[in-house]
Amino acid sequence: MINLQEVIETNKMIEQENLDVRTITMGISLLDCADKDLSVTCENIYKKITTLARDLVKTGEDISKEFGIPVVNKRISITPISLVGGSCCRIPGDYVQIAKTLDRAAKEVGVNFLGGYSAIVSKGMTKSDELLIRSIPKALACTERICSSVNVGSTKTGINMDAVRLMGDIIKQAAEETKDSDSLGCAKLVVLCNAPDDNPFMAGAFHGVSEADAIINVGVSGPGVVKYALEQMDAFSPNSKGADFEVLCETIKRTAFKITRVGQLVAQEASRRLNIPFGIIDLSLAPTPAIGDSVADILKCIGVEHPGAPGTTAALALLNDQVKKGGVMASSYVGGLSGAFIPVSEDQGMIDAVEAGALTLEKLEAMTCVCSVGLDMIAIPGDTPATTIAGIIADESAIGMINQKTTAVRIIPVVGKKVGDTVEFGGLLGYAPVMPVNTFSSQRFVDRGGRIPAPIHSFKN
Amino acid sequence: MTKAIITVVGKDTVGIIARVCTYLADNQINILDISQTIVQEFFNMMMIVDLTKSVKAFSDISDELAKIGEDTGVQVKCQLEDIFDKMHRI
Repeated sequence: MINLQEVIETNKMIEQENLDVRTITMGISLLDCADKDLSVTCENIYKKITTLARDLVKTGEDISKEFGIPVVNKRISITPISLVGGSCCRIPGDYVQIAKTLDRAAKEVGVNFLGGYSAIVSKGMTKSDELLIRSIPKALACTERICSSVNVGSTKTGINMDAVRLMGDIIKQAAEETKDSDSLGCAKLVVLCNAPDDNPFMAGAFHGVSEADAIINVGVSGPGVVKYALEQMDAFSPNSKGADFEVLCETIKRTAFKITRVGQLVAQEASRRLNIPFGIIDLSLAPTPAIGDSVADILKCIGVEHPGAPGTTAALALLNDQVKKGGVMASSYVGGLSGAFIPVSEDQGMIDAVEAGALTLEKLEAMTCVCSVGLDMIAIPGDTPATTIAGIIADESAIGMINQKTTAVRIIPVVGKKVGDTVEFGGLLGYAPVMPVNTFSSQRFVDRGGRIPAPIHSFKN
Repeated sequence: MTKAIITVVGKDTVGIIARVCTYLADNQINILDISQTIVQEFFNMMMIVDLTKSVKAFSDISDELAKIGEDTGVQVKCQLEDIFDKMHRI
């Protein structure tokens, strides 16, 4: 039988260490909504989403109350919309109509984000994919809750450099279209390599074609819990230098296990109550701007003065690996991104590191080789050329392609801002200091066009 | 059997347990186990209860217990047992 100490421990995690279920995301396939007529397609989409997700928010709130654990976000991911709009969209404006419909549906059911305004163009772009991509800046500017993603490469297909080059322009346009709100549009747009089909986290969530008609995916979080566990570990360590790596790794694994078990419970409950199959648990450490809810703070606990100091990549690598190891024991269906996120604007510790001069874009890039995703929520000067942004995307995609992992770029070239300025996105998106970008040109490289071939799968050195 | 864990945390005062127990008795909620401890002058109590015979909705029970807590100056929480079970038992 459960004892008092265990109850106190769990409730302390929730009340003082920011343990929460970050998101219950309902994946919905919209493939059966496609029609030759745009207005019929929109109507089908609206009906399907508002029917299937009608009780999603209420169910999340009920579960939260009954188990006493916050379920912070209730969200929806949908089939990449370029697959749905192909037969009825002739111009980018047609896709914007679908975006508005999705926004309306999201507001009707009460979810705070809906992801899947997406295209998968890892090898080539169809006409429909290109129309969708070109509609992204407008779509993000005239909607509130839509998130967009474009997958430009994979380990199996290589990198579609035409798409990479195009995304450089699209990110600049999205920044321009939303310049009155600090280029917020770019915070809802992510460029991925090796994007998973079942990711519940925004902005990269979409419902892949390998998925069932509807599915419940849950993202758990808890950087604060890991940080507290590490502090306790060192406080009680007989060694004045702190516990050794064996104890350190064991502590992270145990904590990740506990966190994931809660996610598993919530996912099963949500699945049962909504009568929709359970998909996966994404056991990510997702920071928020709240004090103590920080991945950077964990890295500091592990022993670097600030993220960015030598040793940071190794510390992040071990953290990411132990989180996965603890998590896979706790749930048989682990998926999505699963690992440590390292967004800048959403993590107070990362912001501090940038402001202290410890953390640069180049070091963040190195860290993305071992974290769960990529360059995330980084504000850069508004006058950064589109070709430089494409160069950054190409670098990040190459890391993902070669290392068989998901990588992503979500950077915000904030119109009118320069290095040293600060940008306020508000809420969960936080605020960010504008970071310097290498000013040497990538133009000739990204303008070549074509594809970077898929990498060799043997001779691994 | 639907089991829940009720926790009471706060400054130790006279009659906390009495009030909670009276409420439980009035609502046909059976107490299976009680334990308590004082951590840093804070009163920590946990009850494992069986809700099977209760006719009230779980959210009402939870709200009403929280209200009793507010009146007495302590925090009373009622959570389904599964969250603790999942986290601490393999």
